[in-house]
Amino acid sequence: MIRVQHEDFDLSTEVKRLTEGNAKIGAVASFVGLVRDANDGKSVAGMTLEHYPGMTEKALNAIAVEAKGRWDLIDLTIVHRVGELKPQDQIVLVAVASAHRGEAFAACEFIMDYLKTQAPFWKKEAGGEGVHWVEARDSDDKAADRWKGVT
Amino acid sequence: MQLKILYFARLREELGVAAEEFAGEAANVAALASALAARGGKWRALADERRLRVAVNQDMASASTPLKAGDEVAFFPPVTGG
Repeated sequence: MIRVQHEDFDLSTEVKRLTEGNAKIGAVASFVGLVRDANDGKSVAGMTLEHYPGMTEKALNAIAVEAKGRWDLIDLTIVHRVGELKPQDQIVLVAVASAHRGEAFAACEFIMDYLKTQAPFWKKEAGGEGVHWVEARDSDDKAADRWKGVT
Repeated sequence: MQLKILYFARLREELGVAAEEFAGEAANVAALASALAARGGKWRALADERRLRVAVNQDMASASTPLKAGDEVAFFPPVTGG
């Protein structure tokens, strides 16, 4: 299941929804991203997440299809929030279900690395030094690149 | 030919435009970006390939991606979600 939403989400509810009724699942790996109160040395009081409606869902679907092609996964959930967020708010959830842990761990990390560089979201932060758009990090490109050639 | 062009995030704010209908000739993304940059002033930002990403019909694309009438082309800064 892939969702882009303003509302918050609950990890245990999402994991339950992902696994309910499927006794082939032996492992769930999940990642939750949170808003920090500082970034690149600047204080962050809040942020606005903009996205490209339509393409966002398409890009997340493509990442999910890619992950399912690389690993033997049973199902997965991606939830990404948009709109106004403040420090400690949850931004993103990835949960991956598989028979064994190795596939779930690897696919969860892969999905986050690809999401960071392929899904059309943009963060605009507000803090003590005013309002600014967050710059993309080279380290995110490198994190996504390391999956090239990995199956 | 007619194209729908969208701009997002910092680029949308810099240009003061979120969307436009484009009428003109552009064989590929690079030609379209050049035509837009030729408007001058703030539009020169479209000439800076390193600072921009592009999608055609909601798929990530590159400077050499061909365009046809009716395509939806989006220009935006490198993404920062997650």
